[in-house]
Amino acid sequence: MYEFDYHRASSVADAAGALGKADDGSLIAGGQTLLPTMKMRLASPSDLVDIGFLEELKGISVEGGGVKIGAATTHAEVAGSSDVASNIPALAALAGGIGDPHVRHMGTIGGSVANNDPAADYPAACLALGATINTDKRSIAADDFFTGLFETALQEGEIITSVTFPGADKAAYMKFANPASRYAMVGVFVAQTGDGVRVAVTGAGEDGVFRVADMESALGGDFSSGAISGVSVSSDGLASDIHAGSEYRAHLIGVMARRAVDAANG
Amino acid sequence: MTETGIGAPVRRTEDKRFITGKGRYTDDINVPHQTYASFVLSPHAHATINGIDTKAAEAAPGIVAVFTGKDVAEAGIGGLICGWMIHNKDGSEMASGAHPALANDKVRYVGDHVAMVIGETLEQARAGAELIEVDYGVLDANVETGKAKDKSAPQIHDAAPGNAVYEWAIGDEAAVDAAFEAADHVTSLDIVNNRLVPNAMEPRAAIGDFDAGTGDFTLHTTSQNPHVARLILSAFIGLAPENKLRVIAPDVGGGFGSKIFVYAEETLCVWAAGKIERPIKWTSSRADAFLNDAHGRDHETRAELALDKNGKMLGLRVKTVANLGAYLSTFSSSVPTYLYATLLSGQYNLPAIFCEVDAVYTNTAPVDAYRGAGRPEACYVIERIVETAARELNLDPVELRRRNFVAEFPHETPVIMTYDIGDFGASLDKALDLADYDGFGKRKAASEANGKLRGIGFSTYIEACGIAPSAAVGSLGAGVGLWESAEIRVNPTGNVEVLTGSHSHGQGHETTFAQFTADRLGIPMDQVSIVHGDTDKVQFGMGTYGSRSGAVGMSAMSNAIDKVIAKATKLAAHLMEASEGDIVFENGSFSVKGTDKSLAFGEVSLAAYVAHNMPEGMEPGLKEGAFFDPANFTFPAGCHICEVEIDPETGTTEIANWVAVDDFGTIINPMIVEGQVHGGIAQGVGQALVEGAVYDKESGQLLTGSFMDYCMPRADNLPSFKLGFTETVCPSNPVGVKGCGEAGAIASPAAVMNAVTDALGVKDVPMPASPATVWQAIQSSTKQAAE
Repeated sequence: MYEFDYHRASSVADAAGALGKADDGSLIAGGQTLLPTMKMRLASPSDLVDIGFLEELKGISVEGGGVKIGAATTHAEVAGSSDVASNIPALAALAGGIGDPHVRHMGTIGGSVANNDPAADYPAACLALGATINTDKRSIAADDFFTGLFETALQEGEIITSVTFPGADKAAYMKFANPASRYAMVGVFVAQTGDGVRVAVTGAGEDGVFRVADMESALGGDFSSGAISGVSVSSDGLASDIHAGSEYRAHLIGVMARRAVDAANG
Repeated sequence: MTETGIGAPVRRTEDKRFITGKGRYTDDINVPHQTYASFVLSPHAHATINGIDTKAAEAAPGIVAVFTGKDVAEAGIGGLICGWMIHNKDGSEMASGAHPALANDKVRYVGDHVAMVIGETLEQARAGAELIEVDYGVLDANVETGKAKDKSAPQIHDAAPGNAVYEWAIGDEAAVDAAFEAADHVTSLDIVNNRLVPNAMEPRAAIGDFDAGTGDFTLHTTSQNPHVARLILSAFIGLAPENKLRVIAPDVGGGFGSKIFVYAEETLCVWAAGKIERPIKWTSSRADAFLNDAHGRDHETRAELALDKNGKMLGLRVKTVANLGAYLSTFSSSVPTYLYATLLSGQYNLPAIFCEVDAVYTNTAPVDAYRGAGRPEACYVIERIVETAARELNLDPVELRRRNFVAEFPHETPVIMTYDIGDFGASLDKALDLADYDGFGKRKAASEANGKLRGIGFSTYIEACGIAPSAAVGSLGAGVGLWESAEIRVNPTGNVEVLTGSHSHGQGHETTFAQFTADRLGIPMDQVSIVHGDTDKVQFGMGTYGSRSGAVGMSAMSNAIDKVIAKATKLAAHLMEASEGDIVFENGSFSVKGTDKSLAFGEVSLAAYVAHNMPEGMEPGLKEGAFFDPANFTFPAGCHICEVEIDPETGTTEIANWVAVDDFGTIINPMIVEGQVHGGIAQGVGQALVEGAVYDKESGQLLTGSFMDYCMPRADNLPSFKLGFTETVCPSNPVGVKGCGEAGAIASPAAVMNAVTDALGVKDVPMPASPATVWQAIQSSTKQAAE
């Protein structure tokens, strides 16, 4: 790890100010990605601005049939929240399956969404549930937020304050974990809402999380696993690495999607 | 049996300090005025070093010294050695390229050591290391075992033309040819034994220190065998005479073989400490451990088994290419030869065996002994091909094994081993019973109804442990003998220190050895302390590997205890004015037969040290030592049965059931033995299902360089094991033990892969049988069936 200056922000505004003044600053909350990267000397921010302690970024509230989750809320808090469990149980289950207990008690939803790791779980939930990512400057629809591998619509210095998830009639997330990292090798989140069905896939895309239109339209007519048993996913644009080829990933998307639909139907 | 006697499941006394953070590992130790070392490692798999610019690093804040290969060469420090000479088929010696501690002209794998930077702080040393500029001339690299001898493969060492380390063979080729001519059936199998990264929980570490006043060097290091390390550092690398070099291996957090060897880092910490006259500390990062700790396995093998029409085995022909990496590590050459091919007879009456092994250099990390060391590879060959043969002959694999089991002992195999004792049928019977083999069909049908594929696999393994008879290994090329030493130091008040050359790095010696000694002397266990891991305390020892600490180390203790009891008996007889023949030593008390006269062990020891009333000619004190050199290897054996359930949609393999029945001879502490079996199976299952080191074929980079990509077995990969034991007491040592440390890792990969191939109905699936690999195998076999 290289040397850096540490700032403990007193407010979101204070954090934005500190970040603006820094040479090459970075926000930190749970640090579950950033700190290991810094320890490996793969990242060397000049300044770390810590927003993990800000009360204004914490907490979960019920909004309509959905939930609004503060950016600095940990995965464990989401997993353990009765508000999340009663409104969007699939989201609570997803949070409870991220990493291990250590990660879940440090890592935050804002950090996960901002990092947009192509194998992270939350981006699939955001996209499938049609979440809104709220920042200190604006609100961004999930469809517009995740723009590529580790890339988002966030501008320089923009700070995520919360994520709003609308409720779903039925939803489920099925993750096929990478045997080594236990990140999603293929994770599929399906959600049926008043606006239709959305199917989002994480872990598999070369450019990160994406939706599967063919499945969405098939499930829109008939929300059953049988409805998508004939829908094949192309391996074009899917990741291929030592753990899984793109064809295998394409196949797993079908399997996980069907299992997710079955789970959503209870 | 008392609560702490031989055979009792005594809880490990060392665990309290380990699980409360009171262990004292090398990295926990700090020496006044210590500096920190950071190493510059090669980012290339194969490159010439055209120049190294150290100026910027030397000028950086807090940098104490910078050393390159030139400095080491100029100091006359010898290279790292391989201590086992293997001879080619034609009788010539193996080819061995030099292995300087810091590379001189060339780097040969990603992670090869290029420079050492010493700083006042670790961060300064690391920052300095980043300022070293190396001018590399990148060369083509080869990381593939099977391609090392291709004409197009880059030449790695001038001393080893064609990258051939040796071409070695064992057995009777003509007899095997004749067996195959007479055969009714031949089963052949091409298999790969995948490369593994050892990943001990504690990474390697070293602190080199030099006392300019006395000229004494001290090395604290993570070693499984500190005396052997000292011998190599002293006699071969030439750092200091043995009497001026103290090596201390304190608490060590696992080794699995990887800490047997002498590496560049500890060598350089000692040498450079003498140069700068300050202590130097180095602790490996996990990333560096992946690159540089000696890897394990990495064989490509073609095996053929000849059988008659009744399933009687007639001959076995094996051709193996073994990848030894870019340099020959300390005992690397012995692993794919004498630790491998000598076990190819398995538990079977195999009249003829011929095995050829070509060892090759590649641009990968050195490969050396890793839990089991050669024997897992041998077990994998014989147990996979026997199961395959049974399927081809439409015979129950259990029945085929039974028809060929060795049943009379001693039994001489065609590959120089003499099995002293065993009962292979007994362990098989017990395992079949525990596994409910008769109910397998029902369970398979239930799985099928659930859309799952169920398979069962056997591994009736044998291994050679208790390494080893010194004269025998000497005649085979070993540079050392493999005896063990022990000293029993009885204090005046009757408590005891046991000094042993064995080294504990997870095995629980502090418990087992104390339990054994206390039982033999009839004193409470807490009156026995185990002293190990320090060349200044223990006279000499060969260390711990090859499941040898029980069979060899404890046998030395046993002989030393005999001497203590003999002397104390004489003294007790003198003190009680009885004849020595009338003294009975029982439960810690010397009594005179037929009288009520007795003396406690502590009373006799006190008398020995007070020495007021000694028999004529007897020296005061009560301290005895012994060196035990075994007469033979020991042969732990048994039967593992693995049942898997595969989800054909995802390719995920779940181990549904595991039975292991082992014959380890006499067992001192069954709880510790069970723990060893559990850990060994976990590592074997790891090899079979999840672990595998992968280098990029073009760049030679290690793709599995962290736990993000190198998959370790975890609790949820494993079932609750059903263990059983059978016992044939080992005749070649006084304790009757055979050893248990490696059995699980040796037996289990074959059991898993026999089960996986059974479930899928295919001949072979490469290890690790990851979900992707299994899914691919299902696709290929479905496609084949369709065609």
